Amino acid sequence: MNYLFDPAHWTGADGIPTLLGEHLLYSMIALGIAAILAIPLGIYIGVTGKGVFMIAGLANALRALPSVGLLILLVLLISPAFPSKMGYILPSLIVLVLLAVPPILTNTYAGVRAVDAAAVDAARGMGFRTMKILTDVQLPCSLPLMLSGVRSALLQIISTATIAAYISLGGLGRLLIDGKAQNDFSQMVAGAVLVALLALFFDQLLAFITRRVVSPGLTRRTLKTATATTDVTVIPAAA
Amino acid sequence: MKKYLTGVTAAAAVALTLTACGGGDPLSSSSSQPGGDTGSSIIVGSADFPESQLIAKIYAEALKAKGVSVQEKPSIGSREVTIPALKDGSIDLMPEYGGAMLQYLDAKTKASSPEDVTKELTSKIPSGLTLLQASDAQDKDVLTVKKDIADKYSLKTIGDLKPAAKELVLGGPPEWKTRVNGVAGLKSVYGLEFKEFSALDAGGPLTLNALLSGQIQVADLFSTDPALSANNLVALEDDKNLFLSENIVPVVNKKKVTDTVKEVLNKVSAALTTEDLIQMNGRTAKFEDMGDIAKDWLKSKNLA
Repeated sequence: MNYLFDPAHWTGADGIPTLLGEHLLYSMIALGIAAILAIPLGIYIGVTGKGVFMIAGLANALRALPSVGLLILLVLLISPAFPSKMGYILPSLIVLVLLAVPPILTNTYAGVRAVDAAAVDAARGMGFRTMKILTDVQLPCSLPLMLSGVRSALLQIISTATIAAYISLGGLGRLLIDGKAQNDFSQMVAGAVLVALLALFFDQLLAFITRRVVSPGLTRRTLKTATATTDVTVIPAAA
Repeated sequence: MKKYLTGVTAAAAVALTLTACGGGDPLSSSSSQPGGDTGSSIIVGSADFPESQLIAKIYAEALKAKGVSVQEKPSIGSREVTIPALKDGSIDLMPEYGGAMLQYLDAKTKASSPEDVTKELTSKIPSGLTLLQASDAQDKDVLTVKKDIADKYSLKTIGDLKPAAKELVLGGPPEWKTRVNGVAGLKSVYGLEFKEFSALDAGGPLTLNALLSGQIQVADLFSTDPALSANNLVALEDDKNLFLSENIVPVVNKKKVTDTVKEVLNKVSAALTTEDLIQMNGRTAKFEDMGDIAKDWLKSKNLA
């Protein structure tokens, strides 16, 4: 742990604050892009029931991609086109986005699908239009599952963003990779502990946010539905 | 609540896995394996780049051909990891590069010629280890630039980089950050301060790719890399001898040196040339099997 408490390691381009900042920057950009891609797509698939095969096939296949292998392949393919740091940032972001899309996509889709059909019927009976049903009934009801997808995606991104250091970028992986090459184990331990703490912090933060934004009336019932969806994958579509 | 708990458990599991990687010295577990005391068996290790693995393979095959029992532990890591492994008996034999190893043992060394390096190395080698005969074959670190960069800044030697360094990005392995024959030495010996240092791999595909595609302008490559001539790259002359002569020499655990081992490895060292290395590295770069390359070479020199 000496590494963490040495003031020399808290300043400069390889200092812990800089690395932490870079790590968060890569993670948040990747999460943002993944959310922009996956949430609308998940909602669309959940509401219309079109393209369910894509969830089952593509999204789950994406989870199996080996991150480091993909990263090096992408660097060799992409970096000749960008003679700057972008040649490394782009491949890293693609890898992280591909990692984050499946959990967000499948959870959004499952969340929308799991909304009680009776609630949707009741809303329609009250004269709600399709769009209004989506924004006022289906989305609020699916929020807990959607957010848990975002949460697991963020955890994976934070722990995997360390591989960016393998291709010379910053982030907390720098401590792991440099520590290994220099046989400096306290540096490696510092990196590992920081990544773990960062992941735990964001996990708790998102858990807190989930509790704050999800309607209190929902929590008991959605919990039951959420457990049900993990067993039964296909639930009859709401009319 | 159940979901919430699962989340916490998952995070804790991530935390545990990550800290497990950093905890303690991973080499100490391998040294407790029976490998260290199986009598005559020699454990051949190598550094984590292809040429070291290839030479280790040659040592292993040459020893096997003379009936010595051999275990192989290839691609262990950088010198900061392999020398401790040699000392604690996790491995018994590995190919080393004279100059780089001397600088690892004595950062302030002034030796530069092959003779001086070998002499100093022999006196400074950690107790328990010994050097066998060094080969004439050399593989030095060379700072390499593309032809257009060399023309633009009229670069011939590393010293010529001085006015240009501020605009150029240097690329090399992560251990270069702290090494004398790396960033530290380039600053103290040549007074070079680059715009940035980019930590890639040890003269491998990432560094070469970065140099060719322009993420870095100056790269640490190896003088026996066939990519140098294939890509028309300019190797800058090391006019202040920062990178010492790097004759390939077998480093062995004293307890494992028998007459056969000594004879076999000395013959390998005597037969190996720099040209052989360039040619064999060309074959490794095409993903040919290292075992085949090693056996072909041994056959061509009548050593197996």
